[in-house]
Amino acid sequence: MSLHLQNIDHIVNGVPHISGIDLALEPGSFNVLLGRTLAGKTTLMRLMAGLEPPTRGKIIMDGKDVTNVSVRKRNVSMVYQQFINYPSLTVYDNIASPLNLAKHPKSDIEKRVGEIAEMLHIEHLLNRYPQELSGGQQQRTAMGRALIKDADVILFDEPLVNLDYKLREELRDELRELFKARNCIAVYATTEPNEALALGGNTAVLHEGRLLQYGPTEQVYREPNGRFSAKMFSEPPINIVPGRLTDTEITFDQTLHFPCDEKLKRLEPGDYDFGVRASHLTLQPQQPDDLALDVHVDVAEISGSETFLHVHHERFPLVLHLAGIHQFSVNEPLKVYFPTHQLYAFDKQGHTVHIPARQGGAAHG
Amino acid sequence: MSYQLENTQRGEKYNTIYSKVTPAQRRNRSARSRLRSRLLLGLYLALMILPIYWLINMSLQTNSEILGSMTLWPQNLTFDNYIGIFTNSSWYMGYVNSILYVAMNMLITICVALPAAYAFSRYTFIGDKHLFFWLLTNLMAPPAVFLLPYFQLYYSVGLFDTHIAVALAHCLFNIPLAIWILEGFMSSVPKEIDETAYIDGYSFPRFFVKIFIPMIRSGIGVTLFFLFMFSWVELLLARTLTATDAQPIGMIMTRTSTASGIDWGTLAAAGVLTIIPGILVVYFVRNHIAKGFALGRT
Repeated sequence: MSLHLQNIDHIVNGVPHISGIDLALEPGSFNVLLGRTLAGKTTLMRLMAGLEPPTRGKIIMDGKDVTNVSVRKRNVSMVYQQFINYPSLTVYDNIASPLNLAKHPKSDIEKRVGEIAEMLHIEHLLNRYPQELSGGQQQRTAMGRALIKDADVILFDEPLVNLDYKLREELRDELRELFKARNCIAVYATTEPNEALALGGNTAVLHEGRLLQYGPTEQVYREPNGRFSAKMFSEPPINIVPGRLTDTEITFDQTLHFPCDEKLKRLEPGDYDFGVRASHLTLQPQQPDDLALDVHVDVAEISGSETFLHVHHERFPLVLHLAGIHQFSVNEPLKVYFPTHQLYAFDKQGHTVHIPARQGGAAHG
Repeated sequence: MSYQLENTQRGEKYNTIYSKVTPAQRRNRSARSRLRSRLLLGLYLALMILPIYWLINMSLQTNSEILGSMTLWPQNLTFDNYIGIFTNSSWYMGYVNSILYVAMNMLITICVALPAAYAFSRYTFIGDKHLFFWLLTNLMAPPAVFLLPYFQLYYSVGLFDTHIAVALAHCLFNIPLAIWILEGFMSSVPKEIDETAYIDGYSFPRFFVKIFIPMIRSGIGVTLFFLFMFSWVELLLARTLTATDAQPIGMIMTRTSTASGIDWGTLAAAGVLTIIPGILVVYFVRNHIAKGFALGRT
């Protein structure tokens, strides 16, 4: 079962929500739709499900044109961001409802519900009603209902957003396991780059209704095809510093000169935007050729066991991603270092023109 | 200004007094204030309930006692008034008629209003907002306006003096009200539930009956309460559109005033019996009525 979206446009009240998306999803693949709010993730999912027909373009499922086929006739399932269950039915009946409607034999339904419930760790809650459950349990019920039928396409629209951090990690890991054995297309929408990286599979980066990049998640992360893609797919976002490249050196902000990497030399001299990953910036020099910058602290943001340190150089701001919890006072002068061979370069149209060479696994961040 | 000043002065005085009182005294004080609020509420309740009590009191007395002296409770307790109503078919048929057309009206109204409210809450179509508001304007005209056209129309099509005639006439006011209340309740159900049901493979009728209606159960209950209340107490249309076969109880009650005087006891007993269905209905929806008065919007 493959799903092919061909040149999809979707316009609502004159406002384009999706413009010119062309996307082919392989059978058995796990796909992440990554983008900020209003990027068109939900709309795209609704089009895939058949809840709305696209304004233009075709949706091909397994070679068949299903563009105008109603959602009831497509074999899809969907999990929403809100916990959507049927409040008048028990958890058992909620999960069993797709099979009941498909008139499966009773014994078969019982067995399948038991399996699914066990997988989702809600087997002890089957006789309860959804309102009596916690948020995580409610969402597990909704997932159970989506997983029980052998859907060709399973859509998850930010299913874990309304759950607490711990539960989110737990469910995310389970989700990955659940899909290993299945031969269906899974589509998972998220706003968080880290979630996309944790889920793996393929990632499609969306921005304002356009598809920026689609490919294996690792590759999209390492080799963003443009500035937007790179910004979207890193948390904290990649630092973009405007600069100028000459035959031998790079100039940041007209004042900061340093010799450029061998590989960068094949680029045409001129103005570029340089990208520096937040995780590549450090407080201690890692290598002798690391460039030192004098900066002042704006704010230190502590997230889990990591610190996002916002600093500013004379003309441009930078974000550092540090492991561990660090305390800084505002306006504290600091020296930060960054490896000049780890620079990304984007041309003025925002396309990637240079990707730094990988360094034995250390580049992940 | 002077009021404010006085107030702060008093406040300070209170504070100084307060700081000197022992906990026991304070407890005493709060107990006294609680007692006072209870007394006030009790007085309010007594005033509210007094007319109803008087009605019940009268219904258990003989006419001579009612007219003779003022008694706070029946001196010679009698159930003759009630027995009279329940044994005389011309009396109890009044209740049967009223209940029949009220029930018909409730059934017709709910059957029409449920799909209509669903359409208003789920779909956008040309003029939907105007149409929705126009429904409410139906409630703005007094029923008397529609009296003559209804009478004339029903007479010419042979609906005059039937239960369905009254039920249909009441629909004019009840359907818009029901649509407004139900739309509010339906709009508080997320649209994603509908979509999930379609994805799961529910057909629309099955989804509507099995999933959707149970979700707005309390809304339907409240709506039925409002329909009942309107139709049960409305007398003008019901009286004019019926003659003998479908006469409402309200009309029959006017029969107690005859040339030989008014039959107070029977009238009071009939009044008590008229209140009872209303009390029952209120009891069932008591927890949801407030939301109903807000037309289902919280």
